[in-house]
Amino acid sequence: MALDETRAHEATPGGTAVAEPAVADGAADLDKPWMTIVWDDPVNLMRYVTYVFQKIFGYSEARANELMMQVHTEGKAVVSSGDRDKVESDVRKLHAAGLWATMQRDS
Amino acid sequence: MRTWKRKGRGDGVRIVSQLDSHEAELLASLVSSMCELLTERSDTAPRDALSEVTGIRTGHSEPPDDATLGRLLPDFHRPDQDEQLSAEVVNGRLNSALRSVNEPKIIDAKLSAAHVLLDTLPAGGGDLSLTVDEAEAWLTALNDVRLALGAMLGISEDTPDQLPPGHPHAAHLDVYHWLTVMQDLLVEAVM
Repeated sequence: MALDETRAHEATPGGTAVAEPAVADGAADLDKPWMTIVWDDPVNLMRYVTYVFQKIFGYSEARANELMMQVHTEGKAVVSSGDRDKVESDVRKLHAAGLWATMQRDS
Repeated sequence: MRTWKRKGRGDGVRIVSQLDSHEAELLASLVSSMCELLTERSDTAPRDALSEVTGIRTGHSEPPDDATLGRLLPDFHRPDQDEQLSAEVVNGRLNSALRSVNEPKIIDAKLSAAHVLLDTLPAGGGDLSLTVDEAEAWLTALNDVRLALGAMLGISEDTPDQLPPGHPHAAHLDVYHWLTVMQDLLVEAVM
């Protein structure tokens, strides 16, 4: 019942809800995790990137190498995910190590 | 460039190499310059009445104008790559908020690594014997210097191994490549 009442304001005289513009409000996205993305850059050494992934995330050398190759060949890779605080902390550690990383919500 | 060797076991592991006086001086100069750049950035962070009260440090909320510093302290979010736009992002507040909270810690981490390198560098050249922790700090500091040089030189995937001798950047590029080899060999020794 509460659901119907909260949706009432979306109805137009035509009886259908007005489509929201493609801008989500914070509340709607609470259930989606965040992702850490590492981007390729021409300075960082492949071996160093692999080492950083092992050191920061505790990944095996094989897994770290796989992610590094994905960054290298595809231009980017998702290297971790989780809640916002965790991903923010991951990005900070990657920046401290000199990798180019950003965060965004999973789509 | 001489190689790095791993010696010893357990707590006694040491990563060893040698540097001549010219190499040591060059490295000290490069790392010190970078420290100055980072310290100045930290010192010019806006003072905030709230941080004075809470003791929580906040840093700059806008990216640096300088391209070199910009590569050392990049944005936390790329709106151009994010399909999901939120009000926070569109207002530009996400990057500002993330930068002001995290930049001081990132600068501290980079300065800390750079200071370890400077403290363990033999003045006038000589033998180097690093613990694993020290070697890891060297990796961070060397990488940061390469990022800084790379930004200044506009390094890309197409950058050649050498520039013609008369080129104004020729010597700088040689230094960049020298550091690249040094870092690559050091990662190998540490891993």
